[in-house]
Amino acid sequence: MNALGAVDLGLALLVLAIAGWTIAAREAFAAIVGYVAYGLLLSIVWARLFAVDVAMTEAAIGGGVTGVLLISAAARLRQAQTAEDERPTLPLRLMAAALSALAAIALGAVILSLPEPGPSLAPLAAKNLAATGVGNPITAVLIAFRSFDTLLEKVVLLLAIIGVWSLAPDRYWGGAPIAPRAARPVGALTFLAQLVAPIGVVVGVHMVWVGADEPGGAFQGGAILAAMWMIVMMARLSEAPPVGAPWLRAALVAGPAVFLIAGASGAVTSGAFFALPQAFAKPLILIIEAFMTLSIAVTLPMLVAGPPRRAPL
Amino acid sequence: MSGALDLFSIAAISVGGFFFLAGTVGLLRFPDPLCRLHALTKVDNLGLGFIVLGLIARSDGVFGALKLVAIWALVQLAGATSAQLIARAIRRKEQIGAKSAGGSPAA
Repeated sequence: MNALGAVDLGLALLVLAIAGWTIAAREAFAAIVGYVAYGLLLSIVWARLFAVDVAMTEAAIGGGVTGVLLISAAARLRQAQTAEDERPTLPLRLMAAALSALAAIALGAVILSLPEPGPSLAPLAAKNLAATGVGNPITAVLIAFRSFDTLLEKVVLLLAIIGVWSLAPDRYWGGAPIAPRAARPVGALTFLAQLVAPIGVVVGVHMVWVGADEPGGAFQGGAILAAMWMIVMMARLSEAPPVGAPWLRAALVAGPAVFLIAGASGAVTSGAFFALPQAFAKPLILIIEAFMTLSIAVTLPMLVAGPPRRAPL
Repeated sequence: MSGALDLFSIAAISVGGFFFLAGTVGLLRFPDPLCRLHALTKVDNLGLGFIVLGLIARSDGVFGALKLVAIWALVQLAGATSAQLIARAIRRKEQIGAKSAGGSPAA
């Protein structure tokens, strides 16, 4: 076995070990730390599979944003504090274990029974890449070849926000959430937020811009921008906006709305829903990506901020 | 020339790897949380610094090298801040522990 093979094998074992440890961890916080480490390791796995775009998304979303979401959820659960006392009974635990094992076996069987080589649309996508005007095949697939799926992914984020907001008590409806943050201003965190936020905004926008031709894109860049807003809120340099603010609502729906308008206009100009006219394909893709980035950058921090917890002004 | 550069890369990345190994040993073996934190931040600084130095020799052009340096600087910033926050949390926990231990011996 050569050196890279040994690294890959070690990586695979490490991922499995961390996954097992995450499940076995007793405390929610420890499990979340394990899950974040798992996400970061998984992004190295994706990089080793030469899927750099997926690796970046996994690191930003799987490791970063989901980690923050889970930690804030765990903090809220700790306030309720019931899970520790009510341990599930033995039959219930056995049934859960059996169901999980069954699902794992079924998934494994499906993956092992896939034909080799698997059915692939990759050659077709590569052949038609030039027609989209973008150089990064991932971006072309996401925004042009399977744009309907990508639109629905954004709509799911929107539904998630509506779900979170609908947990608000009536008296707080339209008010502002309170994002997870330091109990009082901490010098080190304030310094980090002031220094890193401008750099992060530049990096995020850069990632979206190069996403047309190189690894990167709306999701990765949007996640970085979202992280910057989260840091600024955590350091108490800014407050979460009221959920009734018109600019917030507009920013949340801007991505899916622009995407939908572009898709609908395709039905008129190019004869098919979501068909992009070839002459304007690249600028259209860039415009859609820009608005999607805005929506992602606003949606993720608002998901972390949670339901409104202040009365509207 | 490229042979010397390769040698430099290998040497620098190996030194970086050694620092990470030493830091991991420190993280596992040091007695209290603050010492372990110290081991961790030292490694972030020196280990990653040497690895970046070794990779700069292999980067294609000035921008690639600058990106590597930027990554190192950002990790410094993030590492120093999280170390500060963790240390602060440890101290607060200790103070609370000391207060509850000394304040009400009957309870």
